[in-house]
Order: sequence, then C-alpha cells, then structure tokens
Amino acid sequence: MKDLLWAIPLFPLAGFLINGFLYLRSHRTKGEAAHGHGDAVPHEAPEPAHGDAHGASGHSGHEEIPYKRIHTIVGTASVGLACLFAFGAIFDVGLKALSSGGVHTVTLWRWIPLGVNQSVGHVPGNVGEWVVDVAFRLDSLSALMIGFVTFVGFLIHVYSVGYMGHDAGYGRYFAYLNLFMFAMLVLVLANNFLLMFVGWEGVGLCSYLLIGYDYWKKSAADAGKKAFVVNRIGDFGFILGIFGIFALFGTLDFGKVFSTAAADPARVAPYLTLVCLCLFVGAVGKSAQVPLYVWLPDAMAGPTPVSALIHAATMVTAGVYMVARCNVLFRLAPAALVVVAIIGGFTAIFAASIGLVQNDIKKVLAYSTVSQLGYMFLACGVGAFVAGIFHVMTHAFFKACLFLGSGSVIHALSGEQDIRRMGGLEKRIPITYKTFLVATLAISGVPLFAGFFSKDAILGAVYEAHFEGMPWLPKALWGAALLTAGLTAFYMFRLVSLTFYGEYRGTAEQASHIHESPRTMTIPLIILAALSVVGGWVGFELVEAGNQIKPFLSPILLPLATAASEPEHHELAKELALMAASVAVAGVGIFLALAWYRRGGGRVPARLAERFPGVYRTLSNKYYVDEVYDAIFVEGLAKEGGRVLWEVDATVVDLIPNGAAAVTRGLSWLSSAFDQYVVDGLVNGVASSLQAAFRLFRRAETGRVQNYALFMGAGLFAIVAVYLFFR
Amino acid sequence: MTGVLLTGTAGWIFVVFAVLALGTAVAVIVAKNPVHSALFLLSSFLLVACIFFLQQAEFVGTVQILVYAGGIMVLFLFVIMLVHQRTVKGTTAFQNQWDIALLLTPFFLIPFLYILGTEKFVDVPVKPDAFRMAGGKLLGNTQAVAEALYRDYLLPFEVASVFLLVAMIGAVVLGKRSTEKMD
Amino acid sequence: MTITINHFLLVSFLLFAIGFFGVIVRRNFLTLLMSIELMLNAVNLNLIAFSHRLSDLTGQVFAVFVITIAAGEAAIGLALTISFFRQRRTLNVEEADVLRG
Repeated sequence: MKDLLWAIPLFPLAGFLINGFLYLRSHRTKGEAAHGHGDAVPHEAPEPAHGDAHGASGHSGHEEIPYKRIHTIVGTASVGLACLFAFGAIFDVGLKALSSGGVHTVTLWRWIPLGVNQSVGHVPGNVGEWVVDVAFRLDSLSALMIGFVTFVGFLIHVYSVGYMGHDAGYGRYFAYLNLFMFAMLVLVLANNFLLMFVGWEGVGLCSYLLIGYDYWKKSAADAGKKAFVVNRIGDFGFILGIFGIFALFGTLDFGKVFSTAAADPARVAPYLTLVCLCLFVGAVGKSAQVPLYVWLPDAMAGPTPVSALIHAATMVTAGVYMVARCNVLFRLAPAALVVVAIIGGFTAIFAASIGLVQNDIKKVLAYSTVSQLGYMFLACGVGAFVAGIFHVMTHAFFKACLFLGSGSVIHALSGEQDIRRMGGLEKRIPITYKTFLVATLAISGVPLFAGFFSKDAILGAVYEAHFEGMPWLPKALWGAALLTAGLTAFYMFRLVSLTFYGEYRGTAEQASHIHESPRTMTIPLIILAALSVVGGWVGFELVEAGNQIKPFLSPILLPLATAASEPEHHELAKELALMAASVAVAGVGIFLALAWYRRGGGRVPARLAERFPGVYRTLSNKYYVDEVYDAIFVEGLAKEGGRVLWEVDATVVDLIPNGAAAVTRGLSWLSSAFDQYVVDGLVNGVASSLQAAFRLFRRAETGRVQNYALFMGAGLFAIVAVYLFFR
Repeated sequence: MTGVLLTGTAGWIFVVFAVLALGTAVAVIVAKNPVHSALFLLSSFLLVACIFFLQQAEFVGTVQILVYAGGIMVLFLFVIMLVHQRTVKGTTAFQNQWDIALLLTPFFLIPFLYILGTEKFVDVPVKPDAFRMAGGKLLGNTQAVAEALYRDYLLPFEVASVFLLVAMIGAVVLGKRSTEKMD
Repeated sequence: MTITINHFLLVSFLLFAIGFFGVIVRRNFLTLLMSIELMLNAVNLNLIAFSHRLSDLTGQVFAVFVITIAAGEAAIGLALTISFFRQRRTLNVEEADVLRG
C-alpha cells in the first residue's frame, strides 16, 4: 500500500476528469441551465451582496441535474478512496517507523532529466544536478497532513452533496473540488520544491475557480480574481526562493537540500536569510498574512463548503506546511524567523480586531482564519514548528466545523448571512447549534477542547522563545497572542450569541422556512465537532503519555534539536501559570460576549460604537486596507501606470514607426521629385530637343518632289566634287 | 588623227544643230504655255536626231524621230489639250526656288569642265564603217543594229518589250476614271 | 572645224543641265515631264557620241533601249498627270504636297 502513494492524489484527479467530462457533455448545448437569477432571497444587507453561492441560488427549478448520482458518487468516493489509501499507506509504513524519522519515497518518473554532476551553485564545491523527479514522500509531517486533509476533505465533499444539491453546476462544482484535492495532495506529498510548487499553483487555480464559482455574479468573479492575483504576488516570492534554493544547493529534492544544509550549515547560512524570506513571501500570499491577506475575506463569495475546505482547513495551511517543511533552513536563518514571528503575531491581532465588528457570518470566520493562521506562523517563527503544525490540524477540525455550520445556518435561513438578522435559532436548528457551539469552544481555547491544547502549546513556546538582540520581542508577541486569544473568544461568542440566542430578527418569510439541514450535512458537522474535542488530545503535554504528536513529528520538525531552540522541560508551575492566563483571557472574552450580546441585547457595544465612532468605523471598514490597496495598486499602478505606458508607447515607441513613416514620406517625395524633374526632365528634354530638331528638319519635308530633286542634285554635286578633289 | 569625230563642214553643221538644240531646250523650260513647251521640245528632238545622223547613227536617229517626236510628243499634246483649260491662268510658270537653282547650276558645270579638261580618253582609231557592218557584210546601220539587238542583246530586248507591256497596262490603270469620284 | 568628243560631251551636259533645271523649277506638271524627256535625250546624245568615238555599236543599241524606256515612262507619267488632275483640278506641282511634314 505504501508503494501506492501516488494513488492518493490520483483518485481525486480521476474524479475531476470524470466529473468534468460528464459536466461538459451534459452542458454542451444548453449552457448552464437556469442560472443568472442570482440569489433566491434578495439581500438587503448594507454591505454589498457578498452572498455565497448557496445551493438554493442557481436553483434549476424543475430541471434535473444531469448525472447527479454519478457526480455524487465519483466526487465523494474519489476523496474517500484517497483517504483510505492515505491511512493505508501511513499504517503500512508504520507509525513507529514514521516517528523515528522514516521517510518513504515513491518515485514515479524523472521529470527533468538534465545534467547530473554539473557544478552549480554559489556554494563552492557543490556538485549539483538539475534533476527533478515526480516523486512522493511520506514522512511523519506529510502523513499527518494527508491524514486530516483527506479526512476533512471527505467530510466536506459529503456535506457538499447536501449543500449544493440543487445547484445547476453540481458537476462542475465537484470537478473543481476534486481537482483541488488533487493539487493539495500533490503539494503535501511532493518530495521536491518544484513538484510542491505545482501543487501550490494548482490549489491557487482551484481557489480562483471555486471562489468565482458563480461567475455571473460580479462580487464572486472579482473575488476570484483578487484571490488569484494576490496569491500570485506571493508565488513570485516563492519562485525566487526556489531559485535561491537551487543556486545554493544545486538540487530541489527536500531530502538532499535539508541534509546538505544540516551537514554544512556554515556554508549556506549567510544566504539562507534571503532565500527563506522569499519562501516566506509565498507563504504570506497563500496563507493570507499581512499584507497579502485581503483576498481571504472576499473569498467568502464562494460556496460555503469551499470556504470550509480551502480557506480554513487546507489551502491556507499550505503556507504553514511549507515553512514547517523547510524548518531546517529557517532555523539556520534566525532573521527570517523573526520576520515570520512578527508578521504572524501582528496578523493574529490585526485580523482579530477586524473580526470584532463584522456582521456577516462568513466574514467573521474569515478574519478568524487569518488570525489563527497568524498564530501558526507565530509558532513557527519562534521555532515551535510542532506547535504550529499541531494548530494547523486542530484548526482544520474546528474551523471546518464552524464554516460548515455557518453554511447550515445560511441554508436554514434561505441564504441570509447577516447575523443582525439572525437570532433565536438555538432551538430551531439544534444539531447545527450544538456542533457550532462545540467548535466555538474549541477555537476559544476552552480547556479539554482541541484548540486549547494547540493554542496553549503556541503560547508557551512564544513565552519561552529567545531572540537575539531583542529580548523584549517574545514577551511582546506573547502579549499580543494572549490578547488575540481573548479577542477570538469574544468575537466567536458574539457570533454565537447573535446567531443562535435571543430573539429572531429576520423576516417572517425566512422564518417559515427554517429547517434543520439534511443528514448529509449534519453528519459531517457532528464528526468534525467530535474531532474538535478529541483532536487535540494527542498534544496534551502535561500527561506523560499525552503528548503523542511531538515525538511523532519531531524527527521531521526538530532535526536540529538542541536545548536552546526548544525548551523541553518547562517548570511545571510556569506551564500551569501560562495555561491559566490563556484560560482566563478566554473566559473574560466569553463572559463579555455573552453578557453584552446574549443578555444585553447588544446595547453596550452599540453605545461603545457611538462613543468611539472613529474606532468603530475603522474596524468596520477593515482599516481601509482594501481602499488603500485599490488606490495605490489598482488605480495608481495598474490604471495610471497603464495609461502612462500607453502614452510612452504612443509617443516614444511609436516614434520609431512614425519616424520611419515620416522619413519614408520624405524620401518618397524626394524620389518622386527626382523622378519628376530630373528623370522626366531628361526624357522630356531629350524629346523636346529632338522635337526642335525635327521641326527644323520638317522644313525640308516640303512634300514637293522638285525640292527633293534639288537636294539630290546638290548632294550629287557635293559628292562628285569631293571625289574629284580628293582623287 | 585620233579622237576627231567630225571635221570641216560637218563640224560646222554640228555646231549649228547643237546651238539650236540648246536654244530650243532653254525655250522648253522657259515657255509659259505648255503647248509652246511641247512644240519647242519637239523641235529639240528633231535637232538632236539630226546630230545623230551626223554621227552615222541613222537607225537611232530615225527611231528618235518616230518614237519621240511622233509618239511621245503627240501623247503630250493630247494630254495638254485634255487638261489645258484651267491650268494657264493665275499661276506663274516658275517655281519658288528658281533663283537658288539658277545659282547652283553653274556650279555643276565646274566639275564637268574639270573632267573635260583633264580626262584623257583611250586612243582608239575611228573606224568609219563600224556601224554598217552586219554579219561581216556592209549592209547598213539598221541591219547592224538589228543584228546586235537580236543576237547579242536579245534578253534586254525582250525585257524591254515586257516593260512596254507593263507600262501600257499601268497607264491604262492609272488613267482609268474611278467610279466613286466625280471628275 | 574639228569636233572632238569633248564638244559632244559639253553639248550633252548642257542639255542635261537645262533639263535638270527645268525639273526643279517648273510648276506645271507637264512641263516637268518634258524636262525629264530632255534629260533622257541628253543621255542619248552622250551615248551616241561615245559609240561614235569608240566605233562600238553598243552605244547605239543602248540608246534604242533608252528611247524605249523613255516612251514607257512618258506614258505612265502622263497617266499620272491625268489622275492627278482629276484629284486636284490643277496641274500645279506645288499642290502635290500630301507628304509634307
């Protein structure tokens, strides 16, 4: 089974091909039937309609979705099989083998077979080879990743069956979703930078396709474009990083690169800072950190399961995965790590602050995702890669659960997404409510839920971190992270309160349709909620046998384990104190949220907003970042730059052809003048002089024979005279 | 004496005839009336024929009188009478370039006189009876010429006759009144 | 009076010159033709003179031919005159300048 590693991404790929082919076949003549009528329920939200592609929109009415059963089966089974094969491969290799650093590589074929033993690289004496294989690598890190990626992915596919069940583009949806799974699995399983980049780009593409799923809606299409463009900026940095890797190491294979770096760090270390920063730029784009996070909130225009899968559980974690994968390199470039930590920490608190005042369910969750990703990078930045990956996993569980739950709410409310028009749903959609609550508890860091363990691990690592020359930094970061935890708890429970508690504030029309979601949607919710509880138990540090994950991941993530970089033995008191701090902060946040929103009916926040209108507006408008970007880059660079370039082209560049044209005109005038006056002059001159001569001679042509006779006689006389004279 | 052709009285007769012939020739080209010109030409022919007789070319002289004077001049007179009515009035006899021609003509004389003065002819004795020998017998000029014509110069003779035929046809064709044009 | 060939030649030449002059100068077509006959006559005189001098009959025979040709030519010329007269109603040679130019 372990040799069938390649099958894991292959199943979703096959699913994509089959679904895509069938979809195209069924839509050849009639196009996307019955689309374009927008949402079933008109939005009166003050914010522009960011309604996601709910299954009810694009309702095909009485028309059947062609091949629906096949799409369903192929779409879910492909991922299900991938999941089975993933776990099969993992257990075939063996957890023990993996946790002792075992790496299983399955090579499919040599992709780029050029030049072995060419001396490349800045690093002298390095014998490089421009050889890239299509090969997959299974070690503890990738095993963990594919484990939850396939499983959560599978659950989300199942959920989509119910959620998108009435959407006319059903087949297209599953095709794209399968394609995404394929790309993500390639990304995670790749054993070299280039193949990983292939998957990297693939998920970016699928993100674009799926965000802009309702391509006829401008908000969705724009969001898709935005996601792709911003992602691209990050990809540029990533590519530069890959170039740097190859220049330094002469190879792109993970194993070779990391072992070379570890074996002789002094040789490569000076250059690694730049390379790692470039790689990190890619992660910033993909994982929506400051300043390239702006696409994620807009990406909520896509269908909710897409948000769950791509923008919560998998794609956005690819950046963290990449950084964790390259931990060897990052550890050798402490300056880069500082940058990572600072950006991660700043993003965490920044996004949390925006999430406080958002009124769209999915927007809150989106900013929450950005914030949590900041946590993960913060963890990596302080060297706690294990904690970071751990948080990736737990976050996947509870964030997916939250997104799917929100999808369930939206579905129940016939497309409503504004939480100001929700409320009182606690009893009406109980399963959704309960799972949502569980996931919220997890994200808030309530003890014993998954988020608590991972978040605590991060906070502890940050507190204990040590940065050269900046002793204040770890504490500052820890403070920010702690505050963020409080904010997270607060806004999440604000969300819960406004959505589920209190009085129902929606329309009567919506109220009449409120219903619990079908089982295909609720069962994944339940499973994910359960995972949100137990998923963190593998990281329980306090209990001796509790912390399974660290030893599991250590060989990969802690290869340079030294006492300095990863403090192994905390004092128990300090640990408990830190834990208490985070719990307290979470508790305060929860309490305030419930107090203000559940019972207080939102009056206090309203008064706060009145009292600090500037603050409120800034937060509510997301610090105007989008507007700034728009002004600088879109209007400024793109449009004005385009205009300037157009001017340059019209004048300077076109100077050449225009100049050439003018010169040609001049030359042609010259030659025509020459032709007219000189050449024709000559010809005409000859002709006219001849004519003059002819006129002269014509006088001899009198037509009278007698004159001719006279001339003849005279001529004869002359001849004879000459003859006689010269005889 | 070699080169002497006529002596004594014959010489003087020749001079008279020659002067008269030249005089009538001048009269031909000077006369305004074409009838006068024709008659002067006729007399010129006759005088030349006389000169021929003086040179023992009796046959040629006779033919000259018969053909030239008798035939051609009559023809001329016919045509003159045919077209005479309107030609005399209003036109000067001489042409526009008569002065140039008059100036030039003496110049033609110069080379001729030069040749006359310098040229030496072959000294061949004059045989008095050369023109009367026909077949070795002294018969007469006519017989002699006839023998030469029909023996030595038969081809030119025949050609001349064909020429006369052609000329006759040509003259008929040219003189034919064309049906479209009115006279 | 001793007459040599030179005298004959002189006479014939003068006759010829007169005839030539007449050809060039006269306006009347018929007079033109007559001048041509004069010239032919002069040639005949020349021939006979030389024939006499050289005691050769050839000259005389040739003179006969000349007369023959002169007759034919006169006939044609006169036919031309008539034709010309019919065209132009005039015998003025100067009118025959269609080839002018």
